Amino acid sequence: MTREEIKNNGDDMMIDDPKPKIENEFNVHYLRIYYGNLFPYSDIYKWLSYGHDGKHPGCDEYYFGRREFSFTLENDVYLRYKSFKNASAMEAAIKSNFPYKIDIGAVYSVDPDKRHAYAHSGTNLFTPVERELVFDIDITDYDDVRYCCSGADVCSKCWPLMTVAIKVIDTSLREDFGFKHILWVFSGRRGVHCWVCDAKARRLTNEQRSAVAEYFRVYKGNENNAKKVDLMGHSLHPFLARSYVDFLKNFFEGELQATQSIFSSKEKYEKILGMITDEDIQADLRGRWENSSRSSLSEEATSLLRWEQLKKTLQSKRNKALSLRTCIEEIVFTFTYPRIDLEVSKQMNHLLKAPFCVHPKTGRVCVPIDPNNCDEFDPLAVPTLSQLIEEINSGGVSMDVDDDSDRSLLGKSIKFFRSSFLEPLLKSCKEEIESSYKTKIEKSKDTFNW
Amino acid sequence: MEVIRSQKRTVSNDIVSTPTLPLYLTAPPMEVRLEEFELFAIDRLRVLKGVSDGLARGRNPNEMDDLVDTLWKEHMRLPDVSEMINKDIISHFVLRLVYCRSDELKKWFLSMETALFRHRFRIKKIEEQRTIVGEFGLPYKAVIGAELESLKERLGLVARSLGQISSDVENIYYKVPFEEVPDLVAGRRVLLQKGYAFVAGSQLVSLVVTQFRSHLSKALILTNRKWTTTIREREKDRLTPIVEALSTSYLGPDYTQSSEYADISLKDIDQVSKSSFPLCMRHLFEKLREDHHLKHGGRMQLGLFLKGVGLKLDDALAFWREEFTKKVGSERFDKEYAYAIRHNYGKEGKRTDYTPYACSKIITSAPGVGDHHGCPYRHFSEDNLKAALNRMGLSSRGMEDVMDKVRNKHYQLACTLTFEAVYGTSCDTGINHPNQYFEESQKILKSKTPAAPV
Repeated sequence: MTREEIKNNGDDMMIDDPKPKIENEFNVHYLRIYYGNLFPYSDIYKWLSYGHDGKHPGCDEYYFGRREFSFTLENDVYLRYKSFKNASAMEAAIKSNFPYKIDIGAVYSVDPDKRHAYAHSGTNLFTPVERELVFDIDITDYDDVRYCCSGADVCSKCWPLMTVAIKVIDTSLREDFGFKHILWVFSGRRGVHCWVCDAKARRLTNEQRSAVAEYFRVYKGNENNAKKVDLMGHSLHPFLARSYVDFLKNFFEGELQATQSIFSSKEKYEKILGMITDEDIQADLRGRWENSSRSSLSEEATSLLRWEQLKKTLQSKRNKALSLRTCIEEIVFTFTYPRIDLEVSKQMNHLLKAPFCVHPKTGRVCVPIDPNNCDEFDPLAVPTLSQLIEEINSGGVSMDVDDDSDRSLLGKSIKFFRSSFLEPLLKSCKEEIESSYKTKIEKSKDTFNW
Repeated sequence: MEVIRSQKRTVSNDIVSTPTLPLYLTAPPMEVRLEEFELFAIDRLRVLKGVSDGLARGRNPNEMDDLVDTLWKEHMRLPDVSEMINKDIISHFVLRLVYCRSDELKKWFLSMETALFRHRFRIKKIEEQRTIVGEFGLPYKAVIGAELESLKERLGLVARSLGQISSDVENIYYKVPFEEVPDLVAGRRVLLQKGYAFVAGSQLVSLVVTQFRSHLSKALILTNRKWTTTIREREKDRLTPIVEALSTSYLGPDYTQSSEYADISLKDIDQVSKSSFPLCMRHLFEKLREDHHLKHGGRMQLGLFLKGVGLKLDDALAFWREEFTKKVGSERFDKEYAYAIRHNYGKEGKRTDYTPYACSKIITSAPGVGDHHGCPYRHFSEDNLKAALNRMGLSSRGMEDVMDKVRNKHYQLACTLTFEAVYGTSCDTGINHPNQYFEESQKILKSKTPAAPV
């Protein structure tokens, strides 16, 4: 979907100038209608039940009830440790509170709502026992390498940084870590969230989560050091090598140069020269570029030309010092490698916004993103609350979300959520419940022997 | 394991066949003399504290190997090998009891024992390492044939990315679920494929340590259960007091008697509090002067410190009276508070001469609402701590170093760095006790100013 296809006129202004338009995109009245008619309660319930809502004797019927939810209400009232017995209890609570934001937390050892009842027993019974492995990537962390927007703003020029991040992380989660049930969600404004839902991922300890997070860490942000990525070693680890060859290099030389022209001005290229540890090379390139500033080439062409010059110079001098060998890669990684907020991934009890929430500042719905077609995802084309309400008002769409027609604005996203994520997930959950039940039966047979 | 009072001990002969690095999988059936119960534990505790200190100071793995070797020889070595193994095992199981009793204690013990095991393992010969691995019965298969061939290129990349110059691949690789070698994954020191890590023979230590850690972690939970359900009550007259004292036991001098440098009188106390008190005591002191009151935890922490510093009982009574009477009146002071002060000096009740609190006790205390005791590096918010350090005259650079230690939970090192920044000299021993801080500081100040006529 492109921006032109959206009929709502106010939309173009939205991101750049959110304040005057908030009333149009997001208000409590709209939110009530959204929670009343469109929010996919049963899908969320099915997802977070992980197969434990069935009739199988191996099901843990209290599983969903031990999940923490938290609501952020109007005026930043914040309710933590809410939990619901079942889908209808969750639906009732959301409909009566109409939270601005719903966060999903961990599955605890006991019902979070009743945690105080266990608090006096002395032993620490209330602890997180399961949690999706989550990742949070936010475009504001890229402010030093994007020249189109800053802060909370995002546009079609910088969004591709998110797209490449999705590709790198998604590929590694599948190929390296062997995960299969991965959900990517637009955060509603300026980033993406990732939920890894495989049983093995949900049971990782904090230490293991940290290990996965650290595996992805390349960026060592530091204001006092121009060189933000230090790759070291004599070659790249296979994961970094694959990321570089398959995604980062082409993105850097293609889309990034086209949208950000990262060498086009002195201010921009000085940043890059600072990453080269050899002063002679720096001076050589600077000399050439300062003189060529009046050329007739476009910004993009200038930028590309300078990149080629830099590469050639570095390659010819690569034997001069060990640190120069990885310099090209380091520059590419600095500009394109995913910048994940790793702290979110490391702790089981960290909260993350639920899919299908509405972002109060933009009015956009947190819809799933298809990692296989993430190039086509346009954050500015995501339906807003007011568009959805208009759609309902115009009467053209069935109000029933369970009718998964993809004609409606949200229907497409819900359909994708079900067919690509939920159904395969639930199938494997069922298999797991079945097999762990069998093992349990086998084991109990053993114990009869003595 | 059974603890006995008698002097005789039955040593089973098959203990000799155990390798010199036990895995502590089960408590051995042997009898332990009560004295050894405590003494062995204290010796092991010295080793663990040494390890903790080494880690906090950021020693690299090779330096840690040497440190562990030295610490072990110093505190645990006995001439007879089987005696030494016994001491190793006994002390480990005693400390399990001591450190199973709270999550915080458990966490510390688990990290330190794991680190100790890691480095003891690393300095063993390769054959002995293999034996230990065999004993754990690690269920991993070596990767062979076509599978190994298909991975060789990428295994070579991993080796090169770790700084190896050639892309030679090791002979043996084990295929292990990635979550069992978190440290190797975190450092990108293994090849990952579809959820499996390919661990080189030389990285075996990671596997063994993970096993060790997870086994010990589970064992501590069980020990805790046994402790709370049976042992504590059954042993309340014998082992329980020893066990409870061990976790807060501090292994340096106890500062019960004030030393030569420490002898302050009432008139000096304000000046000395500014020049030589560690932050925890300075804070309590200032709060007392400000509020004319301190809650129980604060009175204990500051009162015993002042005793250690050399404040005589009469002076102590006068000092506390001066402040407290401003708030509660003289009658109430005499009735409610004076007793406790005399008690601290061993003049009431059990007549025990109480020892000033060491850092380990202060750091693990849990100050509540209205309390000012505890360790500022641990219990203050970042802003408050910064403000307090600022008042002590730290530069912003020095402060950042301190905050860095605080964020990594190295509270005693943070205090040591503060000391070094305030007095402009290094403090190699580290700060382990507020009274030690005081004495070191007095030493420095006295050496700087020409000796005053006595």
